[in-house]
Amino acid sequence: MNKTLNQKAWWLVLPVLLLVAFNAFIPLMTVVNYSLQETFGDNVFFWEGLTWFEGVLNSERFHAAFLRQLLFTGMILAIEVPLGIAVALTMPRKGPWVSVCLVLMALPLLIPWNVVGAMWNIFALPDIGLLGYTLNSMGVDYNFTQQPVAAWMTTVVMDVWHWTSLVVLLCYAGLCSIPDAYYQAARIDGASAWATFRYIQLPKMKRVLTIAILLRFMDSFMIYTEPFVLTGGGPGNTTTFLSIDLVKIALGQFDLGPAAAMSLIYFLVVLLICWAFYTIMMRDENQ
Amino acid sequence: MIRTRQWIVPTLYIAFLMLPIYGLISMSFKTTNEILGGFSFFPNEFTLANYEKIFTDPTWYNGYINSLIYVVMNTVISVSVALPAAYAFSRYRFLGDKHLFFWLLTNRMAPPAVFALPFFQLYSAIGLFDTHIAVALAHCLFNIPLAVWILEGFMSGVPKELDETAYLDGYSFWRFFIRIFIPTIAAGIGVAAFFCFMYSWVELLLAKTLTSVAAKPIAATMTRTASTSGYELGLLAAAGSLTIIPGAFVIYFVRNYIAKGFALGRV
Repeated sequence: MNKTLNQKAWWLVLPVLLLVAFNAFIPLMTVVNYSLQETFGDNVFFWEGLTWFEGVLNSERFHAAFLRQLLFTGMILAIEVPLGIAVALTMPRKGPWVSVCLVLMALPLLIPWNVVGAMWNIFALPDIGLLGYTLNSMGVDYNFTQQPVAAWMTTVVMDVWHWTSLVVLLCYAGLCSIPDAYYQAARIDGASAWATFRYIQLPKMKRVLTIAILLRFMDSFMIYTEPFVLTGGGPGNTTTFLSIDLVKIALGQFDLGPAAAMSLIYFLVVLLICWAFYTIMMRDENQ
Repeated sequence: MIRTRQWIVPTLYIAFLMLPIYGLISMSFKTTNEILGGFSFFPNEFTLANYEKIFTDPTWYNGYINSLIYVVMNTVISVSVALPAAYAFSRYRFLGDKHLFFWLLTNRMAPPAVFALPFFQLYSAIGLFDTHIAVALAHCLFNIPLAVWILEGFMSGVPKELDETAYLDGYSFWRFFIRIFIPTIAAGIGVAAFFCFMYSWVELLLAKTLTSVAAKPIAATMTRTASTSGYELGLLAAAGSLTIIPGAFVIYFVRNYIAKGFALGRV
């Protein structure tokens, strides 16, 4: 759409700008403040420069949490995206089952995150939970509160359970926008199912897939409540992701300087990756 | 052949989604003794005691009321300020528009864990700590950008000729906006409201940080139960099951638009 130049449009944006700036700018400046200074309470501050940043960037603990975070995000993207595409492709397009599928699939997305954690905790309890009991009675030694691998698997499966539907719904929206004529043309050309997918469905889903990956990347990189309720970051530190570690440092140990420095580095990493995504997305749209 | 067996994949997927929910709901109807006594697929002694406790104890049912109050407040604020802004982004070019749009989106990317402590200090300083409006305003941080993004997508699908015709007919901007434009994109507004509701309803970290007693959300009440009063799994399961209901309720209303909404109105 060709847009007209109109500087008065700023007035329409102003309320949003003020509200978001109030919530974003003041807290962000507080974080920046803490990240550059040392305080012993009573509002007395000492200039520390970049000490905290160096400390965080060189700390083994941060490296470990960061790697765990990357591994987790990588794993859930590798599972959720193909699974989401597969479910979207096989979903009915017409008829009474469409609504049923959509409502049931969207259900996990609307459950409060701590309830998701609590639900999976109950589900996976080794002696009394549905999943834990079934696995153990099949002879699998499974106890997510003590085995790091089991804790990891449970966290990943929980996230797949929670968020794959987002990918499904997005892909489904993309698929529904393909006109029937495209499929008819493919059938006349004698295209195989794979060719139809590769040359018709996948290109049409490209846009929505970018949004899906962007949203899943952001949210999984910020994940806090679900693994915190499920495993509490344990056993040991094995499922302590970046946000959990950050809250431990900031509110648990009250080390405000290092926590603030870590916050900023964390935020910058998310921003950088999302900016790259966003640029690619917008470039495609403009073509 | 492939066509006829296609339903297997969605069916299996939905079964996988429903299993943990079933586990939660079935546990909510069990007595504590039965839960701790070992695993059972169906409740042996069916009991409503857990639900009774929640509906009679004010600390429990107030949690639901508090959550619903700030979620509704947030939805109303977010959508009403996002509407004119989204219109500006979809119709006009102005100084710094692209940067502003991206800056808005960056707030959707801010990890709530980063903002928890500064938010606590900010809202304490202005005397709003432990009020519903504090949580509603804090959730605006990520809900307004999302609402702007979704509404902008829907609005870009409305041809510009609609606006121009209305102005030629002598409509003022606000009269056109309220009488003609808003009804035209009603579906988009519904979807944006749904998403604001959803993200405000599921968020816990900020809601918990900004409240203590008077505006305590249900999710925080649940965490307290899990930690202090021993391990009342049945009660926890019942409270959890009840949090699913508002979500299921609002999904039903937007089911036909939900897929388009997740694509941010851009399909």
